[in-house]
Amino acid sequence: MFHWLEKNPFFFAVGVFVVIAFAGLIEILPNFAEASRPVAGLKPYTVLELTGKNIYKKDHCIACHSQLIRPFKAETDRYGQYSLSGEYAYDRPFLWGSKRTGPDLHRVGNYRTTEWHENHMWDPKSVVPQSIMPAYKHYFTNIADIETAYAEAVTVKNVFKTPYGDEFQPTKEAWEAHKPIVLAEAKAIADDMKNKDVKEAVANGQIPEIVALIAYLNRLK
Amino acid sequence: MQSHAALEYDYSVAKLFTYTTILFGFVGMLIGTFIAAQLAFPELNYWMGEYGTFSRLRPLHTNVVIYGFTVSGVFATFYYSAQRVLKVSMAESNFLMFVGKLQFVLYVILAAGMVVSLLMGYSSSKEYAEMEWPLDILTVAVWVLWGIVMFGLIGLRREKTLYISLWYFIATFLGVAMLYLFNNMALPTYFFSGGLGNIMHSVSMYSGTNDALVQWWWGHNAVAFVFTVPIIAMIYYFLPKESGQAIYSYKLSLLSFWGLMFVYLWAGSHHLLWSTVPDWMQSMGSIFSVVLILPSWGSAINMLLTMKGEWNQLTENPLIKFMVLASTFYMLSTLEGPIQAIKSVNAIAHFTDWIPGHVHDGVLGWVAFMIMASLFHMAPRMYKREIYSKKLMDAQFWLQITAVVLYFTSMWIAGITQGMMWRAVDEYGNLMYSFIDTVAVLNPYYTIRALAGVLYLTGFLMFAYNMYKTMTASRKIEAEPQFRSPMA
Repeated sequence: MFHWLEKNPFFFAVGVFVVIAFAGLIEILPNFAEASRPVAGLKPYTVLELTGKNIYKKDHCIACHSQLIRPFKAETDRYGQYSLSGEYAYDRPFLWGSKRTGPDLHRVGNYRTTEWHENHMWDPKSVVPQSIMPAYKHYFTNIADIETAYAEAVTVKNVFKTPYGDEFQPTKEAWEAHKPIVLAEAKAIADDMKNKDVKEAVANGQIPEIVALIAYLNRLK
Repeated sequence: MQSHAALEYDYSVAKLFTYTTILFGFVGMLIGTFIAAQLAFPELNYWMGEYGTFSRLRPLHTNVVIYGFTVSGVFATFYYSAQRVLKVSMAESNFLMFVGKLQFVLYVILAAGMVVSLLMGYSSSKEYAEMEWPLDILTVAVWVLWGIVMFGLIGLRREKTLYISLWYFIATFLGVAMLYLFNNMALPTYFFSGGLGNIMHSVSMYSGTNDALVQWWWGHNAVAFVFTVPIIAMIYYFLPKESGQAIYSYKLSLLSFWGLMFVYLWAGSHHLLWSTVPDWMQSMGSIFSVVLILPSWGSAINMLLTMKGEWNQLTENPLIKFMVLASTFYMLSTLEGPIQAIKSVNAIAHFTDWIPGHVHDGVLGWVAFMIMASLFHMAPRMYKREIYSKKLMDAQFWLQITAVVLYFTSMWIAGITQGMMWRAVDEYGNLMYSFIDTVAVLNPYYTIRALAGVLYLTGFLMFAYNMYKTMTASRKIEAEPQFRSPMA
């Protein structure tokens, strides 16, 4: 049979494809529906949190930070309750990471504050003297792209039925109507911060990246 | 019509991809060495603002070495060897020649787009699949063009039986196509929101645990179908060609090939041990990872036994040394991987530096060695000149071996140290170390690893220089060497 296949490239290719394809079917499909189900009470990300999540993605925080607490005592002692599948139901993509050069962040919102994050992102060594993490000072001046996050929220609402409210509509007007809500959320965070430029920007209706990122990190609980 | 004259093969596309292999190899390894140094010396994060941080550069490193260096190497060796094992020249078909060159042009555009967009922060944040949707579409185009050339050449072939290398090239084509398409399924939000936001942005079709499964089904098998399968294609062609030895066993080739195809895909979930993926999937990944030793070692042993009775070549020909060492590292790496996939070992190894350590003994010792050896073998045949310097090649070999050993030993120690410190408890059962203690302790190992990077990169520059001189200044040769590559 193999000799025959080696002379018949078409059937050879079909054979290879079948052999490699079915592992995926068996391992991924059976649990697909169940793994998509959220835990009770899980809320979708607000637009500001989603903006922060996109900054987390943009700068590849997953290169050094995981968001997956494994069911070991050493991990639950350090980071809190081990992670559950349903907690990730609105994570597109998942952000578990594969390397912990820095600590896990899945429940960082439980034990770090806005103030801590502000100091840490400005200068990590100011709060963790031996830290090897770079400072992200540009987050304090770069203005976050909240419109794209809104576009994402609308997309997942319409396509995947993520439970966003009826006011999330794919129109400019709906977005303009939603903007003040995002700004109000940003202002609540900026109020807890000390950086004057950040406060001023938010007062002027602009949201620096740091505010969105902190909103996201505070949400991780 | 079969001509009796020896075929003149056309290497124009193979040459083009040879240049990009060298270019991206240098760029990718340079970035890799730099980010390794950043971990040892964090001040290096600030040399170009937000574009120079470890986090921004790390995906650039992985993408450039995988899709720039390795994939270029795969294309270069394919365009060289496929003609020869099929006994058909690219020059015989204007259409295939055109498609081949078009593939190269699109590939270069894609690579440039990848570098720029990743630096700018456009990323799906799925490892080894970071490119955003417009580049994904371009990737599919490049891949389909490659498939057209592959099956076009096969259609025109004079040698009816497909040689082993082609099995592996075909599998590379099909495997990557399937995995890439499914893993990168994403919706561009701009088109689903009435034109709001950034047009580059997309959202994954899968969420949470499902996304993790699809991603590591891809992530693991990108290793299979980019770092393993096409590299085996290379060694099956170039080792017999360089040594003049026939492949030791056809049956072992068969077993290894079909075994590898069947087993590899199952092992993806070993990246998700102790996660929220159902337990039976984790166990499946674990078990199949161990089974994977068989087909992997099958190929490697087949290669080593091919050299049976001819081990003297190892001392006479540095190219044989490169290839034999590559298969040895393939064995090391495919034993190490399954060990890490055992659940209890994984509990310590996962999330630590042992994982990049494992990856790099594979990619530096096996993938890059095999690609460089293949290009060295191709050079005298493509440029009709002998290899510029045997001495330089020998020096490169020893330098890079030292680098690889320094790399994986330091990362083994770093990984296991950190893994053990994370779980260490005192006599009352409290955690003994704060997280930062487990980072601070790694500094010497990070420094050694950065040094290893410098050594390997230096070796790669020696390779590039040797290739450049071979192309331009080396002594011309009249007839094509049959086996052993001539070198000065």
